[in-house]
Amino acid sequence: MGAWFLSAPAPLTPDFATGHQPDVGQGEKIFIAAGCASCHAAPEATEAQKQILAGGHAFASDFGTFYAPNISAGPNGIGAWTLPEFARAVTAGVSPTGQHYYPAFPYAAYQHMAETDVADLFAYMQNLPVSDTPDKPHDVGFPFNIRRALGLWKVLFVKKDFVLTQVQTPEIERGRYLVEGLAHCGECHTPRNILGGLDRGAWLSGAPNPSSKGRIPNITPGALTWSEADLIYYFESGLTPDYDSAGGSMTAVIDKLAQLPESDRAAIVAYLKAVPALP
Amino acid sequence: MKAFTKSHFAIASAAALFATASVASSHATKSSNADVAARHMMMEVVAKNMGILGSTAKGEIAFNAGLVQSAAGGINMLAKIDPTSLWTEGTEQGAADLSRAKTEIWSDPAGFAQKFEDMATASAVLMGAEDLDALRAGMGPLGGACKACHESYRGPKN
Repeated sequence: MGAWFLSAPAPLTPDFATGHQPDVGQGEKIFIAAGCASCHAAPEATEAQKQILAGGHAFASDFGTFYAPNISAGPNGIGAWTLPEFARAVTAGVSPTGQHYYPAFPYAAYQHMAETDVADLFAYMQNLPVSDTPDKPHDVGFPFNIRRALGLWKVLFVKKDFVLTQVQTPEIERGRYLVEGLAHCGECHTPRNILGGLDRGAWLSGAPNPSSKGRIPNITPGALTWSEADLIYYFESGLTPDYDSAGGSMTAVIDKLAQLPESDRAAIVAYLKAVPALP
Repeated sequence: MKAFTKSHFAIASAAALFATASVASSHATKSSNADVAARHMMMEVVAKNMGILGSTAKGEIAFNAGLVQSAAGGINMLAKIDPTSLWTEGTEQGAADLSRAKTEIWSDPAGFAQKFEDMATASAVLMGAEDLDALRAGMGPLGGACKACHESYRGPKN
């Protein structure tokens, strides 16, 4: 009985971002920084097709395989959604019908988004192309297919606080908003416990790669010793200090980071230099 | 037969030290597969030349048109090597020591060859870079060519 109440989905906020005039240009910057297209564009999308958020990309995990849904501006996507519904989906991980989303969708990061950023993003996305592709059902077995249980998972593992509680400069604060929020770096770079919750005590210290061999690296100062200039250049060009070039999952990330203002790349680097160094 | 003297020993160790020091740190171990080792060394040479271009772009060394031209020229020459001579059948990741080659190299040879053409095109532009602004502008497409190929045809670290 207690579990039923604890696992209840968050309610809608009907007056979400009231009075704010949405800024589509700003919404586009949020869309890039949050990397929506990286997961929600169709799997073999060319550069020109990356704005069609048809879904279908597979994400393997210890709990099954998840398929990104269609979030295009049509009836098979989010075309009929209201701003409060979108806001609850993105920041609380709850669908318009009150169902919990699987945390393959990084709402634990997006919960940190400013209301105006959510509103601007929604306005931008409503202008994107429409796709008719129906959602592919997730390939998740019992007991992980019980969505209500995700409510308990959220209570246990989704914390409202930022991981880095002290920020010494506005630059680091901006970096925290990008890393812990929009760019959701921790989702890949932080190890998880047996139930898939992020191990906040090991923040950004690396994790096994869920979809292929190899390891996602530790990006705390305990392992990442590149200079600020080298890191900023890497986020812009994909070139490491040894002039190797990033490949695999980081290419999509760098494509987005390269489009942000240099001050945002510098802010991300300032934050990475400020997090606890872990071996 | 001449006796093996101290000076022979000194020369031999110097040669051995020089040989190990000249292998860049990103490939500390050499593959036992000759084709894999050869193409890894080729990429090391690309990286050395990228280093000259990148250091100039970052402002670490002064812009020198001749240096930029020869570094971009080196990358351009390597981009024109026939890739099938190095990425030979049966050397994909898992099948050959230290290889990170994805099987798409052999299932999509036209796509793979196109990546080398993109590298040749981008480096040719940089060969004509007259100033720092031109260099910086040209680094985008060249870095992008590296990234695009690695994204599709190179697997994760072993």
